[in-house]
Amino acid sequence: MRRAAVLGTGQTHHRTRRTDVSMAGLCREAIDRALADAGVDWPDVDAVVLGKAPDLFEGVMMPELFLADALGASGRPLLRVHTAGSVGGATAIVATSLVRAGVHRRVLAVAFEKQSESNAMWALSIQPPFTAPIGAGAGGYFAPHIRSYIRRSHAPGHIGALVAVKDRRNGALNPYAHLRQPDITLESVQASPMLWDPIRYDETCPSSDGACAVVIGDQEAAEASERPVAWIRATAMRTEPTFFAGKDHVNPRAGAEASQALWRSAGITDPFEQVDVAEIYVPFSWFEPMWLENLGFAEAGHGWKLTESGETRIGGRLPINPSGGVLCSNPIGASGMLRFAEAAMQVMGRAGDHQVDGARTALGHAYGGGSQFFSMWVVSDTAPASA
Amino acid sequence: MSETVAVIGFAQAANRPSAGTTSGVETLVPVFREALASARLDRREVDFWCSGSSDYLAGRAFSFVNAVDAIGAFPPICESHVEMDGAWAFYEAYVKILAGEAETALVYGFGKSSAGLLRRVLALQLDPYTAAPLWPDSVSVAALQARLALDAGIVTERAMAEVAARSRADATTNPYAQVSGHADPGDLLAAPYVADPLRKHDCAPVSDGAAALVLAGGERARRHRERPAWITGVAHRIDPPGLGERDLTAVPSASAAAEAAGLPDDLDVAELHAPFTHQELLLRAALGLDDRVRINPSGGALCGNPMFSAGLARIGMAAEQVMSGRARTAAGHATSGPALQQNLICVLEAES
Repeated sequence: MRRAAVLGTGQTHHRTRRTDVSMAGLCREAIDRALADAGVDWPDVDAVVLGKAPDLFEGVMMPELFLADALGASGRPLLRVHTAGSVGGATAIVATSLVRAGVHRRVLAVAFEKQSESNAMWALSIQPPFTAPIGAGAGGYFAPHIRSYIRRSHAPGHIGALVAVKDRRNGALNPYAHLRQPDITLESVQASPMLWDPIRYDETCPSSDGACAVVIGDQEAAEASERPVAWIRATAMRTEPTFFAGKDHVNPRAGAEASQALWRSAGITDPFEQVDVAEIYVPFSWFEPMWLENLGFAEAGHGWKLTESGETRIGGRLPINPSGGVLCSNPIGASGMLRFAEAAMQVMGRAGDHQVDGARTALGHAYGGGSQFFSMWVVSDTAPASA
Repeated sequence: MSETVAVIGFAQAANRPSAGTTSGVETLVPVFREALASARLDRREVDFWCSGSSDYLAGRAFSFVNAVDAIGAFPPICESHVEMDGAWAFYEAYVKILAGEAETALVYGFGKSSAGLLRRVLALQLDPYTAAPLWPDSVSVAALQARLALDAGIVTERAMAEVAARSRADATTNPYAQVSGHADPGDLLAAPYVADPLRKHDCAPVSDGAAALVLAGGERARRHRERPAWITGVAHRIDPPGLGERDLTAVPSASAAAEAAGLPDDLDVAELHAPFTHQELLLRAALGLDDRVRINPSGGALCGNPMFSAGLARIGMAAEQVMSGRARTAAGHATSGPALQQNLICVLEAES
């Protein structure tokens, strides 16, 4: 298989409402930063891939059509990906395949969500006919899965709050983060209102306007780059249905199989030892220990011990979400690509104040739907051995 | 890595004004079964699944999620989705096989246009700040394009009626068509305008439907199909969005896609995704198709236009022409967006 690498990344300042820019302006803010970071100009861009979550979030049907000029896509191939919350990751993976297939030399992948254009809670709650109503939003949907995790793992009740404190403090190191709370404490999280037991207000992701972009290039483009690149060692995607008899919402098989395929393809036999930093999709604090297990960083039932020990902080053995993660910024369609881009930034040594020292191999992870769509990649500072 | 990829199976649901079901799953299950049977492939042998559909058509968020139930996606599968016609899902799957990340793929598109007022829903594809608030519906936008082409002398209302008459006559042998029959172009021209200068026969019907297509790389394709339809080129491009920013009588994105896909001079058949009669004429000019090329033996989108699968079905029916031996070379075309904004061309041949 041909090699591919991230040449550069860019993202917007994420906020509740970016009323200073249109959808086009929001995308362009991320794109311009990514092109500058990659040292790539428009004539070098062969194709554009756009990802975002439901169109009802902005109230525009297939917005890539009207955004074609702003995305620099007019006259070029333009693909629009939508795989629910995992879409940002899936978009980067589609762009990677275009390079690995030898179709293109350099592909621009963009993901955005401008949730302030519409009402995301409304868009998520439309009742299709003949379907059991949930009517609870994402928090109400996932809370029972978290309770089930606590019951199965016997995790102490403060683990979720520990994650929230860590991620919000990490976010304070990230100039692009929506929520930056350097003074947050375990006590303040535990004193915040209970929204969906056991999820408290400070343990939930915000609703953000934001965009992210990455430029992916082939081996020649990567070797021509004057700055370090992030070599894409492996990608994986898996899907399973939302509901079926035997579905494990706590430790979904699709996520476990995606990570197993990812590690195998990347030549990683012990992910906890061989991965230096991970950006994983944690919209509610408790998903950190849950995904640590699903991804194979910890045995089932033991993920919370890693969190409790402090090993997932910056400076720990496996820093998780040094950028602050989804708990600090959540433009839904872009959130997955932000994880993928932050992983690349770490191995390129361009993560600024939230840089993990000596990060050479990093995981980017996203999930969506009812814990059923998974996308992930592993990036490294050196090219993979087998081409 | 497979340097060659072929279509080895195809199936579609009958195009109907209403599918008679609220569920895309019910529509898709028999289509998957037929497509896999025609490719002699088991569901569990599919390495990659990719679909195209639209939340706005369904009137709800995450409308593609339930479609996964039609697959029986457990154990988990490798799967992706584009918010586009299934023809672009076909492109994504083609690239996956080309990259060596999969050997087989099943691509599907589906949509229930009957769930809403289609021409009004499609108005929401326009610029939300300047154009969409005026609610220019999709038929009116196409009428503007037709008027420009008429005034420029590129098409005539007579030629448009002839396209409709030919399409309907061809559709009489297509059991999946929604509209078919024999009509005299002169009689068609006596009908009133729907949106001047478009008459009813100039516009595709509103259709529910679904289609599925099976792909395989290299040797795998030969094992499953005696005469696969080899993909010798596939490419797509998009034009600027503003209706006043481009010459609506030319289709530069289609011309560029055809050149990139290597559309051959000796093409036998072309299945063009033209939901309006004048758009077929504009596309033929943009693609440089002369009178020797058989256009839309299926009757085309004018005889059934299920949103988000009609483009994929054009590729599938072009592939059937090759797989059945009726054609040596065929092209499938798909369009998306207002007034032919985005276009995809796939070239299929009997020999790799």
